[in-house]
Amino acid sequence: MTMKSSTRQIDGVTVVDLSGRITLGEGSVILRETVRDLLSKGNKKILLNLGEVNYIDSSGIGELVSAFTTVRNQGGDLKLLNLTKKVHDLLQITKLYTVFDVKDDEAGAVKSFH
Amino acid sequence: MSANRVSYTFDSTLETVNSAEEAASRIAAEAGFGDEEVTRIAMAVREAAVNAVLHGNAYDPRKKVTLAFERTPGDLVITIRDQGKGLDISKIPDPLAPDNLLKTSGRGIFIIRSFMDEVEIHPSQAGTEIKLIKHVHGSPAGGKEASQ
Repeated sequence: MTMKSSTRQIDGVTVVDLSGRITLGEGSVILRETVRDLLSKGNKKILLNLGEVNYIDSSGIGELVSAFTTVRNQGGDLKLLNLTKKVHDLLQITKLYTVFDVKDDEAGAVKSFH
Repeated sequence: MSANRVSYTFDSTLETVNSAEEAASRIAAEAGFGDEEVTRIAMAVREAAVNAVLHGNAYDPRKKVTLAFERTPGDLVITIRDQGKGLDISKIPDPLAPDNLLKTSGRGIFIIRSFMDEVEIHPSQAGTEIKLIKHVHGSPAGGKEASQ
Protein backbone atom coordinates (compact mmCIF):
# COMPACT_ATOMS: atom_id res chain seq x y z
CA MET A 1 0.00 0.00 0.00
CA THR A 2 2.86 2.39 0.74
CA MET A 3 5.13 4.24 -1.62
CA LYS A 4 8.91 4.00 -1.81
CA SER A 5 11.30 6.50 -3.29
CA SER A 6 15.00 6.30 -4.17
CA THR A 7 17.20 8.63 -6.19
CA ARG A 8 20.20 8.23 -8.48
CA GLN A 9 22.25 10.67 -10.53
CA ILE A 10 22.86 10.32 -14.27
CA ASP A 11 24.73 13.08 -16.15
CA GLY A 12 23.47 15.83 -13.88
CA VAL A 13 19.89 14.54 -13.89
CA THR A 14 18.32 13.15 -10.74
CA VAL A 15 16.25 10.07 -11.48
CA VAL A 16 13.68 9.41 -8.78
CA ASP A 17 12.48 5.81 -8.79
CA LEU A 18 9.04 5.65 -7.23
CA SER A 19 7.08 2.52 -6.46
CA GLY A 20 3.70 1.80 -4.92
CA ARG A 21 0.78 4.20 -4.63
CA ILE A 22 0.81 7.99 -4.80
CA THR A 23 -2.32 8.72 -2.82
CA LEU A 24 -3.63 11.05 -0.17
CA GLY A 25 -1.46 10.70 2.91
CA GLU A 26 1.88 8.98 2.98
CA GLY A 27 2.47 8.57 -0.76
CA SER A 28 1.83 12.21 -1.55
CA VAL A 29 3.95 13.34 1.40
CA ILE A 30 6.91 11.20 0.32
CA LEU A 31 6.81 12.65 -3.19
CA ARG A 32 6.54 16.21 -1.87
CA GLU A 33 9.44 15.79 0.58
CA THR A 34 11.62 14.06 -2.01
CA VAL A 35 11.24 16.90 -4.51
CA ARG A 36 11.66 19.54 -1.81
CA ASP A 37 14.85 17.85 -0.61
CA LEU A 38 16.28 17.66 -4.14
CA LEU A 39 15.58 21.34 -4.80
CA SER A 40 17.16 22.36 -1.50
CA LYS A 41 20.35 20.62 -2.63
CA GLY A 42 20.30 22.36 -6.00
CA ASN A 43 19.12 19.35 -8.00
CA LYS A 44 16.72 20.96 -10.45
CA LYS A 45 16.70 18.44 -13.28
CA ILE A 46 14.34 15.78 -12.04
CA LEU A 47 13.09 12.69 -13.84
CA LEU A 48 10.31 10.89 -11.99
CA ASN A 49 10.35 7.21 -12.90
CA LEU A 50 6.76 6.04 -12.36
CA GLY A 51 7.30 2.58 -13.84
CA GLU A 52 6.49 0.88 -10.54
CA VAL A 53 3.67 3.22 -9.55
CA ASN A 54 0.55 1.16 -9.98
CA TYR A 55 -1.98 3.58 -8.55
CA ILE A 56 -2.48 7.29 -8.19
CA ASP A 57 -5.51 9.24 -6.97
CA SER A 58 -6.55 12.88 -7.37
CA SER A 59 -4.35 13.88 -4.44
CA GLY A 60 -1.40 12.15 -6.09
CA ILE A 61 -2.14 13.94 -9.34
CA GLY A 62 -2.22 17.20 -7.42
CA GLU A 63 1.13 16.36 -5.89
CA LEU A 64 2.64 15.68 -9.34
CA VAL A 65 1.32 19.03 -10.56
CA SER A 66 2.68 20.75 -7.46
CA ALA A 67 6.10 19.16 -7.97
CA PHE A 68 6.09 20.18 -11.63
CA THR A 69 5.23 23.83 -10.98
CA THR A 70 7.55 24.10 -7.98
CA VAL A 71 10.53 22.83 -9.95
CA ARG A 72 9.69 25.01 -12.95
CA ASN A 73 9.31 28.07 -10.73
CA GLN A 74 12.85 27.50 -9.46
CA GLY A 75 14.25 27.38 -12.96
CA GLY A 76 14.43 23.61 -13.19
CA ASP A 77 12.57 20.96 -15.11
CA LEU A 78 10.62 17.87 -14.07
CA LYS A 79 9.71 15.09 -16.48
CA LEU A 80 7.88 11.79 -16.14
CA LEU A 81 9.23 8.40 -17.20
CA ASN A 82 7.64 4.99 -17.78
CA LEU A 83 3.98 5.59 -17.02
CA THR A 84 1.92 2.52 -16.22
CA LYS A 85 -1.35 2.18 -18.12
CA LYS A 86 -3.42 3.27 -15.13
CA VAL A 87 -1.38 6.41 -14.58
CA HIS A 88 -1.23 7.12 -18.32
CA ASP A 89 -5.02 6.83 -18.62
CA LEU A 90 -5.59 9.11 -15.64
CA LEU A 91 -3.27 11.78 -17.03
CA GLN A 92 -5.09 11.53 -20.37
CA ILE A 93 -8.51 11.92 -18.77
CA THR A 94 -7.38 14.95 -16.76
CA LYS A 95 -5.67 16.49 -19.82
CA LEU A 96 -2.35 16.55 -17.99
CA TYR A 97 -0.62 14.17 -20.38
CA THR A 98 0.21 17.09 -22.67
CA VAL A 99 1.22 19.34 -19.77
CA PHE A 100 3.91 16.99 -18.51
CA ASP A 101 6.87 16.00 -20.64
CA VAL A 102 6.38 12.22 -20.63
CA LYS A 103 9.18 9.88 -21.69
CA ASP A 104 9.41 6.12 -22.10
CA ASP A 105 13.17 5.74 -22.58
CA GLU A 106 15.47 6.63 -19.69
CA ALA A 107 18.61 7.41 -21.71
CA GLY A 108 16.66 9.60 -24.10
CA ALA A 109 14.89 11.27 -21.22
CA VAL A 110 18.20 12.14 -19.52
CA LYS A 111 19.57 13.57 -22.78
CA SER A 112 16.47 15.72 -23.23
CA PHE A 113 17.42 17.77 -20.15
CA HIS A 114 20.60 19.04 -21.88
CA MET B 1 -31.48 -5.50 5.20
CA SER B 2 -31.67 -7.03 1.75
CA ALA B 3 -29.02 -9.61 0.87
CA ASN B 4 -28.15 -7.37 -2.06
CA ARG B 5 -27.43 -4.39 0.15
CA VAL B 6 -24.57 -3.87 2.56
CA SER B 7 -23.67 -0.71 4.45
CA TYR B 8 -20.81 0.50 6.60
CA THR B 9 -20.34 3.38 9.02
CA PHE B 10 -16.86 4.87 9.24
CA ASP B 11 -15.06 7.48 11.31
CA SER B 12 -13.81 10.60 9.56
CA THR B 13 -10.24 9.42 9.15
CA LEU B 14 -7.78 8.67 6.39
CA GLU B 15 -8.14 4.96 7.17
CA THR B 16 -11.78 5.27 6.11
CA VAL B 17 -10.69 6.26 2.62
CA ASN B 18 -8.65 3.09 2.25
CA SER B 19 -11.38 0.95 3.83
CA ALA B 20 -14.01 2.37 1.47
CA GLU B 21 -11.78 1.71 -1.53
CA GLU B 22 -11.10 -1.86 -0.43
CA ALA B 23 -14.79 -2.58 0.16
CA ALA B 24 -15.67 -1.15 -3.24
CA SER B 25 -13.00 -3.22 -4.94
CA ARG B 26 -14.19 -6.43 -3.30
CA ILE B 27 -17.89 -5.85 -3.92
CA ALA B 28 -17.40 -4.73 -7.53
CA ALA B 29 -15.38 -7.88 -8.21
CA GLU B 30 -18.09 -10.01 -6.59
CA ALA B 31 -20.65 -8.25 -8.81
CA GLY B 32 -18.77 -9.56 -11.83
CA PHE B 33 -17.00 -6.45 -13.11
CA GLY B 34 -13.67 -6.89 -14.88
CA ASP B 35 -10.34 -5.78 -13.40
CA GLU B 36 -10.31 -2.39 -15.13
CA GLU B 37 -13.87 -1.57 -14.13
CA VAL B 38 -13.20 -2.73 -10.58
CA THR B 39 -10.25 -0.33 -10.39
CA ARG B 40 -12.35 2.54 -11.72
CA ILE B 41 -15.26 1.87 -9.37
CA ALA B 42 -12.89 1.60 -6.40
CA MET B 43 -11.15 4.84 -7.38
CA ALA B 44 -14.49 6.66 -7.71
CA VAL B 45 -15.48 5.46 -4.24
CA ARG B 46 -12.08 6.47 -2.89
CA GLU B 47 -12.51 9.99 -4.28
CA ALA B 48 -16.02 10.25 -2.85
CA ALA B 49 -14.73 9.06 0.52
CA VAL B 50 -11.93 11.65 0.40
CA ASN B 51 -14.53 14.35 -0.20
CA ALA B 52 -16.68 13.06 2.66
CA VAL B 53 -13.84 12.81 5.18
CA LEU B 54 -11.87 15.93 4.25
CA HIS B 55 -14.28 18.40 2.76
CA GLY B 56 -17.55 17.18 4.25
CA ASN B 57 -16.78 16.12 7.79
CA ALA B 58 -13.41 17.90 7.95
CA TYR B 59 -11.95 15.05 10.05
CA ASP B 60 -14.49 15.84 12.81
CA PRO B 61 -14.41 12.79 15.14
CA ARG B 62 -18.10 13.33 16.01
CA LYS B 63 -19.15 12.97 12.38
CA LYS B 64 -19.47 9.72 10.49
CA VAL B 65 -19.29 8.60 6.89
CA THR B 66 -21.78 6.00 5.72
CA LEU B 67 -21.16 3.87 2.68
CA ALA B 68 -23.76 1.57 1.14
CA PHE B 69 -23.60 -0.85 -1.77
CA GLU B 70 -26.72 -2.15 -3.43
CA ARG B 71 -26.85 -4.65 -6.25
CA THR B 72 -29.94 -4.33 -8.44
CA PRO B 73 -30.55 -6.54 -11.49
CA GLY B 74 -28.90 -4.00 -13.77
CA ASP B 75 -26.72 -1.82 -11.59
CA LEU B 76 -24.27 -1.53 -8.76
CA VAL B 77 -25.46 1.47 -6.74
CA ILE B 78 -23.06 3.00 -4.22
CA THR B 79 -24.09 5.72 -1.80
CA ILE B 80 -21.64 7.77 0.30
CA ARG B 81 -23.03 10.18 2.85
CA ASP B 82 -21.26 12.63 5.16
CA GLN B 83 -22.47 14.93 7.93
CA GLY B 84 -20.82 18.11 6.76
CA LYS B 85 -22.21 21.47 5.67
CA GLY B 86 -23.25 20.27 2.24
CA LEU B 87 -21.18 20.49 -0.91
CA ASP B 88 -21.76 23.62 -2.99
CA ILE B 89 -21.92 22.11 -6.47
CA SER B 90 -21.73 25.53 -8.12
CA LYS B 91 -18.24 26.01 -6.67
CA ILE B 92 -16.79 22.87 -8.19
CA PRO B 93 -14.36 24.11 -10.85
CA ASP B 94 -13.89 22.56 -14.27
CA PRO B 95 -10.47 20.91 -13.88
CA LEU B 96 -10.05 20.78 -17.66
CA ALA B 97 -10.32 24.55 -18.10
CA PRO B 98 -6.94 25.93 -19.18
CA ASP B 99 -6.71 28.15 -16.10
CA ASN B 100 -7.33 25.15 -13.84
CA LEU B 101 -5.07 22.54 -15.44
CA LEU B 102 -2.17 23.28 -13.10
CA LYS B 103 -4.25 23.51 -9.95
CA THR B 104 -3.26 21.00 -7.31
CA SER B 105 -6.82 20.06 -6.31
CA GLY B 106 -10.37 19.95 -7.63
CA ARG B 107 -10.24 16.77 -9.73
CA GLY B 108 -12.09 14.36 -7.43
CA ILE B 109 -15.66 14.88 -8.67
CA PHE B 110 -14.41 14.94 -12.27
CA ILE B 111 -12.72 11.56 -11.82
CA ILE B 112 -15.86 10.16 -10.21
CA ARG B 113 -17.99 11.33 -13.14
CA SER B 114 -15.46 9.93 -15.62
CA PHE B 115 -15.42 6.48 -14.07
CA MET B 116 -19.09 5.93 -13.21
CA ASP B 117 -22.12 5.71 -15.51
CA GLU B 118 -24.34 7.96 -13.41
CA VAL B 119 -23.52 10.30 -10.53
CA GLU B 120 -26.04 12.11 -8.36
CA ILE B 121 -24.97 14.67 -5.78
CA HIS B 122 -27.49 15.68 -3.14
CA PRO B 123 -26.17 18.35 -0.79
CA SER B 124 -28.19 19.48 2.23
CA GLN B 125 -27.59 21.20 5.54
CA ALA B 126 -27.32 17.75 7.10
CA GLY B 127 -24.51 16.73 4.79
CA THR B 128 -23.87 15.55 1.27
CA GLU B 129 -25.05 12.31 -0.28
CA ILE B 130 -23.39 11.17 -3.47
CA LYS B 131 -24.82 8.25 -5.41
CA LEU B 132 -22.59 6.38 -7.85
CA ILE B 133 -24.15 4.01 -10.37
CA LYS B 134 -22.38 1.50 -12.58
CA HIS B 135 -24.37 -0.54 -15.06
CA VAL B 136 -23.71 -4.26 -15.05
CA HIS B 137 -22.95 -4.75 -18.73
CA GLY B 138 -23.81 -8.10 -20.17
CA SER B 139 -25.89 -9.13 -17.20
CA PRO B 140 -28.66 -11.46 -18.33
CA ALA B 141 -30.88 -9.72 -15.82
CA GLY B 142 -30.38 -6.63 -17.88
CA GLY B 143 -28.14 -3.60 -17.77
CA LYS B 144 -29.47 -0.94 -20.11
CA GLU B 145 -26.97 -1.76 -22.82
CA ALA B 146 -27.39 -5.50 -22.38
CA SER B 147 -31.14 -5.34 -22.81
CA GLN B 148 -31.04 -3.50 -26.12
